[in-house]
Amino acid sequence: MAVVEAQDLHRTYRTHTGTLRRRVKEIEAVRGVSFDIEKGELFGLLGPNGAGKTTTIKMLITLLIPTAGSARVLGYDVVKDAREVRKRIGYVFGGERGVYERLSGYDNLRYFAELYGVPGKMQKQRIEELLELVGLKGREHERAEGYSRGMKQRLHVARGLLHDPEVLFLDEPTIGLDPVGARELRATIASLTDAGKTILLTTHYMFEADALCDRIAVISKGNIVAEGTPRQLKSRVESGSVTEVEVYGVPDETVERLRKLEGVLAVWVEEREQAQVLSVQTRADIQLTAAILGHLNGANVGRVSHREPTLEDAYVALVTAE
Amino acid sequence: MRILRLLGVGWLYHMKMISRSPFEGFGQVIYPLFFATVAFFVFRAGDSPRTLLYASLGAAVMGMWSATSTTAGAAMQRERWHGTLELLVGTPPHFALVLLPVTLAMATVGIYSLGATLLYGHFLFGIPLTIEHPLLFAAAILGTVLSFGALGFVFAVTFVRFRAAWALGNLFEYPVWLIGGFLVPLALFPDWVRPISWALAPTWGMNAIRQAALGGSSLDDLLACAGLGALYVGLGILLTERVLRSARVRASLSLS
Repeated sequence: MAVVEAQDLHRTYRTHTGTLRRRVKEIEAVRGVSFDIEKGELFGLLGPNGAGKTTTIKMLITLLIPTAGSARVLGYDVVKDAREVRKRIGYVFGGERGVYERLSGYDNLRYFAELYGVPGKMQKQRIEELLELVGLKGREHERAEGYSRGMKQRLHVARGLLHDPEVLFLDEPTIGLDPVGARELRATIASLTDAGKTILLTTHYMFEADALCDRIAVISKGNIVAEGTPRQLKSRVESGSVTEVEVYGVPDETVERLRKLEGVLAVWVEEREQAQVLSVQTRADIQLTAAILGHLNGANVGRVSHREPTLEDAYVALVTAE
Repeated sequence: MRILRLLGVGWLYHMKMISRSPFEGFGQVIYPLFFATVAFFVFRAGDSPRTLLYASLGAAVMGMWSATSTTAGAAMQRERWHGTLELLVGTPPHFALVLLPVTLAMATVGIYSLGATLLYGHFLFGIPLTIEHPLLFAAAILGTVLSFGALGFVFAVTFVRFRAAWALGNLFEYPVWLIGGFLVPLALFPDWVRPISWALAPTWGMNAIRQAALGGSSLDDLLACAGLGALYVGLGILLTERVLRSARVRASLSLS
């Protein structure tokens, strides 16, 4: 039996527009997400901002009720058996929020240890171990309001582990951290899988998912658009080449026409400062630079370059595809 | 035992947070002074020590009520701003057990407010502090503070679901001063106000405190106050699950 099972999860948000004439608008944040996570696996949910990662994770940790579909964690239904699920999971949200600023780091942990039912006799030892693990030893009696973003993030991780949960949900845990802090946190996450924890990690960093995850699901616009091991995802882009063209205002119709060219595998456009960068991945045996530039006739074109495709190209192509 | 410890630890840490808030701390110094001054100037014309004590007690309970009604909403709003409301909801205990210590901490601040108002009145304006039945007086204060905490708990439950409900807490502050009979005797109000007053634990708590201090029988009032407090807790517990489910359906927990 899988530790985490998501079956065709849907989640719609209702929002209002207007002040006097209020109109209800429905936004489909998750549109039928399914996946299984096996015991001891580190599963990555990879996608850009607004793809539905946090909504998916919030349904799994019982904070949101799915509009449709179902999910089970360790065999317990996330809607009907919410309390049983909560006892057995830990979760960590990225960012600075979620900390009682006027309490010390130690008091934050002590309060949540009580809420998670850690026996009184074990609390001190458990908190000491976790402070050591996340590198907050020596600063634990300072008020959390004086902690750096990285320290607060590490406090989140310690909080999520207080009751030694079997399953951990990490929602963009390295967001906003400096490179050294992020690397240390990734090392901590890797050590948790070594200790046998089952982990669902959401991130929008391809390299992070690649470095940590046993399997990755790429989520875009509320749908899973690809799933597999990092190696399987990489194999999608091991062949061919990428032509990058700096453009200023490329119309959508042009992008569509380029997609239909013989030998084109993927086309995507990224905003970079003032300009856009049009990337066209093509088969290795075909040279399409002239044809691409021909289709851009009339647009302002800057630098043109060629390079080998990377795993990030596969990700960008997946999440920007219509 | 486990539940009592959870309530105790929750109360302790929320008290710590309240005591470290400069804004709330400033209010706790100023409000009792304000209430004691109002009581003195409104009732000094009566020129009777008993009247002044009657007014001083009313002012003290006003402060206690204000510390509970307005801050219960503010406490929930603070949980939203800090992003901790979702964390609390995501913990295993029944949410009522998580929420009760928060409001009990508020009510405890109310005890301080009560004591400070009486002492300000005594030392600044010479209002006598002669308590006829000290034990009953202490029991009445305890019963009143617990019932205030219970009413704050019902407020807090609604604040979890409705973001704007904190404003409702403020809205309740002044009418209860009046219909709870804190400053003006209930006999002065129209008949239709009385059933509303009777449904409010603060009315009975106020009566119990006054009776104990001025020499009447406070037991019936105290029992009514405690009974209503228990009723509020029951209502809050019943509401909690429904309110939380609704918040999870409407995705309102993470909104600030």
